Amino acid sequence: MKIAIASGKGGTGKTTLSTNLAAYLSETEKVVLNDLDVEEPNSGLFIKGKLIHKEDKYKMIPEWIEDKCTLCGICQDVCNYNAIVQIDPKIIVFPPLCHSCYACSELCPEAALPMVPKKIGELKHFEYNKLSFIESKLDIGEEQAVPLIAQTQKYTDEHFSDDTIKLYDSPPGTSCPVIEATKDADFVILVTEPTPFGFHDLKLAIETMKALKKEFAVVVNRFGIGNDDVLDYCEKEKIPIIAKIPNSRKIAELYSHGELIYEKVPEVKLQLKAIKDYILKMIEGGKR
Amino acid sequence: MKEIVVISGKGGTGKTSITASFAYLSGKDIVVADCDVDAADMHLLMKPDFKESEDFYSGEIAKIDQDKCTNCGDCANVCRFDAIPVINGEYIVDPLSCEGCGYCARICPVDAITNELQIVGEQYVSTTRVGSKMLHAKLSIGADNSGKLVAKVKDEAKKIAKNNNKDFVLIDGSPGIGCPVVSSITGANFVLLVTEPSVSGLHDLKRVYQIVKKFQIKAGCIINKSDINPKFVKEIKEFLNEEGIVHISNLPYDENFTKAMTIGQTIVEYDKGDLTKILTKSWNKIKGELL
Repeated sequence: MKIAIASGKGGTGKTTLSTNLAAYLSETEKVVLNDLDVEEPNSGLFIKGKLIHKEDKYKMIPEWIEDKCTLCGICQDVCNYNAIVQIDPKIIVFPPLCHSCYACSELCPEAALPMVPKKIGELKHFEYNKLSFIESKLDIGEEQAVPLIAQTQKYTDEHFSDDTIKLYDSPPGTSCPVIEATKDADFVILVTEPTPFGFHDLKLAIETMKALKKEFAVVVNRFGIGNDDVLDYCEKEKIPIIAKIPNSRKIAELYSHGELIYEKVPEVKLQLKAIKDYILKMIEGGKR
Repeated sequence: MKEIVVISGKGGTGKTSITASFAYLSGKDIVVADCDVDAADMHLLMKPDFKESEDFYSGEIAKIDQDKCTNCGDCANVCRFDAIPVINGEYIVDPLSCEGCGYCARICPVDAITNELQIVGEQYVSTTRVGSKMLHAKLSIGADNSGKLVAKVKDEAKKIAKNNNKDFVLIDGSPGIGCPVVSSITGANFVLLVTEPSVSGLHDLKRVYQIVKKFQIKAGCIINKSDINPKFVKEIKEFLNEEGIVHISNLPYDENFTKAMTIGQTIVEYDKGDLTKILTKSWNKIKGELL
């Protein structure tokens, strides 16, 4: 089962929930956690496992072969991203703008633009007790997270059996990286906080999940602050709230040190158990 | 006219609360922009009137004319984004997967595919409750090109500031280190980094600062929730020293931030104590760095 942990807003506790839930589940289940927030992956700061594999990740970009090129201009003409420009007598490629659509390469009549790999980031595979953890990090200056997110999910699918619970710590927001991280998920957990910012961004995230036709539920973090708008809204819209993680300074302090929380705060463990029960029930119900 | 951009790398450090406080303190003297177009929140505190709105078009999306289509499948074969699945025997474009590269339209043997301009969001020009002009936007679900929308919001803000002889444009930046944040800080005169003393706060600060450094923009830093973890405050300060980043101030962990936000106020309205003093000083210090 693939479960994405997402939220419209940064800082609501996606990584806290992802890492604690993954560690807790791994006590009894086969679990792999993926950090798909490739711009700012933070799960690895809480899961300090043993590195068992590392590989560079690439996207494909065209490379100009001067000797073959007749400067016909087709490549510049077919590129919708201004990633390839003809400045006679040269063709210049701008890798950050390239979406790897292959149009320039395959429509070049002289085969003067073969696609070559360009490094965009790095994938690391860790083992921590019984938990597997995959983290990808986008190189600074690379602007496109989507290809790296897609490749990270592919790696996980190739290396882990279908009966493993796959957790995806997703990037914040509602734009393409989030879509890429959640579109293959069987189930999405939306993390929010009971404040006007949290509520506003939760509604955006719900809208996104509805557009993707995803089944989802809500976890309220920092429960006890703010107001009841989130709770009232979920009740009205019949959206299940499967856990409420209490607001506490102690949790903030443990988090700041990069520690897992559930072993030290019993209330958090209880809430994780509620999420686990919900997930296992879904799996038994044949939703995979 | 100087441009100040507030970023954090990591979400939840208090970027928007702090930016809105500065906006409140400045009243009509500045122009404000919210460049977190993915999940804009500043309007919840500044209550802009959404007076003028305009659709934002960017990029294209493929559209297949089913009357012309012969189901040859060439389009799906060349599509690298798996955006043309077969549904009920017809080739259909999945708008959430299509990246608008136009390859399919170029090779369709019967010209059944056109590229249509996409509306990817809305942008607004507003007046806030304190009388300042505010530029903001909302990106459509799953839209690409948020970097372009960010650039547009910023350009408009600068134009309005110039035309009205305002000294400062204050911008709530985007999260992450990708295209939107690069767009947020391009051309800025000062970047304010808002961080928190935690492993992830420091990790993200270092990553996002590499971009600021590349653009050679002067930077300052506010450490929020500073009493949560003194050890990391020390580490952050060491990093600021090494990089020549101005340490603007420390703010204590204070639930008044949340309480103020819950009733739609900025912290400088709600808190009559230290927080307001520190933020007022911080804002003056930032402006001082630019004069």
